[in-house]
Amino acid sequence: MPDLAPSGLSLSSPSRRALLRGVGGAAVLGAGIPLLSACGGSGTASDSKSVTLGSNSSDAVPKKAFAEIYAAFQKQSGITVDVNTKDHNTFQEQINSYLQGTPDDVFTWFAGYRMQFFAAKNLATPIDDVWSKIGGNFPDAMKKLSKGADGKYYFVPLYTYPWALFYRKSVFEQHGYTVPTTWDQLVALCKQMKKDGLVPIAFGDKDAWPAMGTFDQINFRTNGYDFHVDLMAGKAAWTDAKVRKVFDHWTELLPYHQDGAVGRTWQDAAQTLVAKKAGMYLLGTFVGQQFTNKADADDLDFFAFPEIDPAYGQDTVEAPTDGYMLSKAPKNKAAAAKLLEYLGTPAAEQIYLKADSSVVAASSKADTSSYTALQKKAYEMISGAKSLTQFMDRDSRPDFTSTVMQPALQNFVRNPKNIDSILSSVERQKKQIFASA
Amino acid sequence: MTAETTTNSPEAAAVPPPGAASAAKRTPQGHRRLLTRRDRITLGLMAGVPTILHVALVWVTALASIALAFTTWDGIGFDSIKWVGLQNFRDLFTSNPQFWPAVQHNVIWFVVLILIPTPLGLFLAVQLDKKIRFSRVYQTALFLPVVVSLAVTGFVWQLIYNPDTGLINSLIGANKPGHYIDWIGDPHLNLWAILVAACWRHTGYMMILYLAGLKGVDPSLREASSLDGANEWQTFKNVIFPTLRPTNTVVLVVTIIEALRAFDLVFVFNKGAQGTELLSILVTNNIIGESSRIGYGSAIAVVLLVISLAVIIPYLIATFRKERRA
Repeated sequence: MPDLAPSGLSLSSPSRRALLRGVGGAAVLGAGIPLLSACGGSGTASDSKSVTLGSNSSDAVPKKAFAEIYAAFQKQSGITVDVNTKDHNTFQEQINSYLQGTPDDVFTWFAGYRMQFFAAKNLATPIDDVWSKIGGNFPDAMKKLSKGADGKYYFVPLYTYPWALFYRKSVFEQHGYTVPTTWDQLVALCKQMKKDGLVPIAFGDKDAWPAMGTFDQINFRTNGYDFHVDLMAGKAAWTDAKVRKVFDHWTELLPYHQDGAVGRTWQDAAQTLVAKKAGMYLLGTFVGQQFTNKADADDLDFFAFPEIDPAYGQDTVEAPTDGYMLSKAPKNKAAAAKLLEYLGTPAAEQIYLKADSSVVAASSKADTSSYTALQKKAYEMISGAKSLTQFMDRDSRPDFTSTVMQPALQNFVRNPKNIDSILSSVERQKKQIFASA
Repeated sequence: MTAETTTNSPEAAAVPPPGAASAAKRTPQGHRRLLTRRDRITLGLMAGVPTILHVALVWVTALASIALAFTTWDGIGFDSIKWVGLQNFRDLFTSNPQFWPAVQHNVIWFVVLILIPTPLGLFLAVQLDKKIRFSRVYQTALFLPVVVSLAVTGFVWQLIYNPDTGLINSLIGANKPGHYIDWIGDPHLNLWAILVAACWRHTGYMMILYLAGLKGVDPSLREASSLDGANEWQTFKNVIFPTLRPTNTVVLVVTIIEALRAFDLVFVFNKGAQGTELLSILVTNNIIGESSRIGYGSAIAVVLLVISLAVIIPYLIATFRKERRA
């Protein structure tokens, strides 16, 4: 399964995580069925002055930033936040049994389908009362992302980050390239880059999720947001001519992608952009984490994926959003609600953004004056979007995306000629998975 | 043991003394007197706790996953378990594009392990058994991969195979566009690349097993065969190897098990993507995660179980029958 974490924010070392996954996987294999309900581990929340919080922010930068938010909350309200941090990936693997056992009052999670899934399973508490206070802080697109399928609010978004095509300004200047805004311009640029001895588009799909990002971009540019949503929800067919068109476009672009993508991690692919060997790279803003040298980081820029069908233009932006949910039976609901209210304020977001400049605030009220140029651009892109998508595995059933789409897309990337049989196989498996729910 | 035990006669203490005719009659009474209440509780706990753990962790879970193979379940609440009969198996056999490759790869894994590292391990064991100089050094060096965790082995080999920055491609210059060897992503290469790593480790394992077997060979057999004028190869072929039969049984069973449970190396290497699918990886991929397909994953696990039983049981029966006859 799937690295279900294109939320690359805390993906600093997937190899270490892969090891932990291996260990976790072996443990569950041994047990046959998950007997992991003992991993709740909530602290002593009986006194009214503390609230427990389960966090997947195990990497140093976000962990410290979150700790600062909770400290500020404690100062303001007198309520202590008891944080239970788990390895990012372990957290995701155990989320099922964690939420069914004795979860912490508040837990970190992702917006979109993955939030709605647990809301529908009654493993989260609706927080409409919190939203009546924080609603004014968020744009409509964020409100939409925070609601369950039943129309109630279940989620407080904290930050978000867009996916786009990244490039180095100096490389574009050196060769006199201009930012492409249409498909034809993009293809022409790729051709030119190839002539100039560059890898036009860096690509690494070893972790199997990056290819999903490429699919998403081409899909909603070709077929629009609504079709994308239907397809992800299992309503539209993968054998539809519209999907086939997406892959036709992708096939046209694939020869300009970096060779041997299935054997390369996104970090290694990003290094070819850092080294100016690649012209562009389609990824989330967390690609900036690989630009450790200040001069290189200042040279980094991005543009939205070019328009394919003028009917949809560039109105959809893929912007995975992370935030918080309230567990099914919080021990200290009043304090937890207060914490969620605080987390929904621009003040909390600003504390986070000071420490991690690869993301932008979910709130439209957060102060953007301290943003880097890249953050400002990301913010404009997201706030100007007509629709926001999350990411394939956040917009659809994760079991479908991880067991069916990840291998299918890897198969396609290696062998685009097989697309017809891949798509009919995907459709067959999709029917089975969506029927089982 | 308590003081009471020591007051009893030595024969009675050594329960049960089979063959000791004189003690046979006394044993039933002595047996009862021998165990105090505390002894019985101790023994009960010593036998009972592991039994309960074994039943709960091995049998109950195995039977539960067999039962779950006929259901769909997302792992949330027991009321969401739905009976679907053979549907999971039908889906698995007909429309899972990874299933048959996985079965095939498990078989390849076994064949390769039996054909390459096993004879190699035997060869090395025979050489080391000759008490050559620095034998301990070689022994340690060859056994080292077995001691290292497979996950770590996976990391090390990844550094060697990494297509962009790995040792091999850097040395032979195969990391440039045009002539690019994708050891990890190319399905025609990656399984073999991993098998090299698996063999590297398995050789040491086999070597130690055979070395232990060879230490048990009676030196007089060698002496006798050399007196009869047999050369080294003839001695090995006609005298030494036949005495290694019990070791060969262990080796075969161990290799089958290794081939069926192959997992860690591949998971670290490329998570069982394109070309390296294995049954154990498919099980994990379906069961672990936030909205798991536990029924479907269990169905794959059942297939794995059936294959294991189909291979192991007939072999064990045949072996035991032969040994009883012998």
